[in-house]
Amino acid sequence: MIYVIDGDLESLLCAIFEWFERKPGKVVLRTADSYQPEAFTKALFIHNDRDKADRVWKGLQKQLSAAWMRRFYCTFLSELPQALCSLFEFACLVFSAGPGIENNFGNADVLLIAQTAARVEREKHRMEAFIRFREGSDGIFYCGIDPDFNVLPLIMKHFRERYADQHWVIYDLRRHYGLHYDLQGLEEVFLNAEGEKALGKPDTALLSEQEGRYVLLWKSYFKSTNIAARKNTKLQMRHIPKRYWRYLAEF
Amino acid sequence: MSDRISKKLSILADAAKYDVSCSSSGSNRKNKDGLGNGHYSGICHTYTEDGRCVSLLKILLTNHCIFDCAYCVSRKSNDIERAAFTVDEVVSLTVSFYRRNYIEGLFLSSGIFKNADFTMERLLRVVKKLRLEENFNGYIHLKTIPGAGEELVREAGLFADRMSINLEMPTESGLKLLAPEKSHAEVIRPLSFVQNQIIQFSEEKKLIKSVPVFVPAGQSTQMVIGATPETDKDIMQTADSFYRRFGLKRVYYSGYVPVSDDNRLPVIGSQPPLIRENRLYQTDWLMRFYGFHVNELLNDANPHLDIDIDPKLSWALRNLHFFPVDVNSAAYRMILRVPGIGVGSAKKIVEARKFGKLSMEQLRKIGVACNRAKHFIRCTDSPYVMGDYQHTQIKAFILAESESKYQRNYATQLNLF
Repeated sequence: MIYVIDGDLESLLCAIFEWFERKPGKVVLRTADSYQPEAFTKALFIHNDRDKADRVWKGLQKQLSAAWMRRFYCTFLSELPQALCSLFEFACLVFSAGPGIENNFGNADVLLIAQTAARVEREKHRMEAFIRFREGSDGIFYCGIDPDFNVLPLIMKHFRERYADQHWVIYDLRRHYGLHYDLQGLEEVFLNAEGEKALGKPDTALLSEQEGRYVLLWKSYFKSTNIAARKNTKLQMRHIPKRYWRYLAEF
Repeated sequence: MSDRISKKLSILADAAKYDVSCSSSGSNRKNKDGLGNGHYSGICHTYTEDGRCVSLLKILLTNHCIFDCAYCVSRKSNDIERAAFTVDEVVSLTVSFYRRNYIEGLFLSSGIFKNADFTMERLLRVVKKLRLEENFNGYIHLKTIPGAGEELVREAGLFADRMSINLEMPTESGLKLLAPEKSHAEVIRPLSFVQNQIIQFSEEKKLIKSVPVFVPAGQSTQMVIGATPETDKDIMQTADSFYRRFGLKRVYYSGYVPVSDDNRLPVIGSQPPLIRENRLYQTDWLMRFYGFHVNELLNDANPHLDIDIDPKLSWALRNLHFFPVDVNSAAYRMILRVPGIGVGSAKKIVEARKFGKLSMEQLRKIGVACNRAKHFIRCTDSPYVMGDYQHTQIKAFILAESESKYQRNYATQLNLF
């Protein structure tokens, strides 16, 4: 049996609901854009239903600790094809095997979720570290990012609490959405292609006067704080892989 | 104006970089409609070419100093450019860098000018301005100046997240050799004063909620390694006693980078003892997170750590009578002692084995380094072995399968091709 879902969290939860409703045995999960009909296997297109999804989510909350719920959510945000299947299998396992089963790290799905969640958390932490705001001429602090996983929902709390007294925009250039904080609250923003381009490589006219000066000061600090006698570029590369360099003013 | 600041920044960052403390963890100071907060596990914002992280803006207020410590780049007799920041300059740099998410906060130290109280008072002014006028709640690591008045230190503790004083040399005799004007007693006095205050404040906070936090991220210290001829045993025993006596969060080991042609010290241009430093940190971790006592790892029979293998493996090879450990039944603290199994894997093993016996493949997936661990453990599919291997044989097997990350960097033999 193949379950076809559209790929968002609600559809995943509905698929779990449908499995317990119908008990079809072994099920393969496919997203609508990767699904191809097979001759000898039946397919079921899952319809999204808010109430069913809520019931499954509440059910999971009863079975799992807050830390495991976060792992579940983080793994979903990884957007990896394998992650959806593992989450589906994992949820079915949790509901059928009873409490405590989530700590069976010998189980492939449990381990995959624990490890994928750790990867997503690492990416989230890297974004908290490597985001570099540039002050625009309008006084708003901008940053465009391109993270491996969809971590914006995870980092917004950190930035809202930390930069409570400044306007800022963090925009995910790969997933084409961003967050704007205007001292009152957060809102989602969407830019057109032109806006995204300007965010990736802003003209000096768009930046505030002192911005260039602080970048220079930061570069000079970065250079002086290095101990040349201890050079170890391999270690540096392990901590900041090259794909993050484009965010960073100092490289 | 900007040029002048840039010049000062490079001089004073350059002078501060030998203080290796980099952590920004341990504080969860909240933001009250101002700027910044503490991130409990700390954030490293970038890494320099030497592989060290940059999380705080680490600068000296000034590199003018009345002391003449042979190991220090800012010593009085050294002919280098001197500079000093004003309070406003430090504050504005910190805030502007912080707003751009370059840093987690400020690490402020200073050369001693005039006297200890005068210096401490200046440091305090920077911190107070940041906290009270700029409403800055980011991380602040402040040096306690040895010999400064207790009232000043106490006040500083109300605004800083972490305070530290460097022990500099692991033994009193080493310190006397290179810095005759300093002594360990001068470091111990303020360390224990701050420690007592931390305890007192947290006791009071239990009763009265409005008591302010005092140095929430605790204290740390640093020892210079390789400038004086101490053994690893001396170093780690000093570290251990400081952890226990003063509840330190961290002891840092700083491989000496030659900055002076004083004949008491290694010559300029000699390689800093990076491998030794790494082994000391590994030992430190084993003491703090793996339940090892310092005497198990370093004692009169083994006063130095092995360079070619890590201290945990070297302990295991000396104590083969504890092995093999059956991961499916052994206690957590024994699993933790197996080379190749870390804290994360050990916890997962203990959880997972409740649901069925674990095999080597499962252990590998969990994250165990099997090339080392396989010699010390038994699991469901361990092959039956006749007789035991000698520790030298096991060491040879492991070394043959792995390559030290340092080997290539510091091989004395040049490649032929």
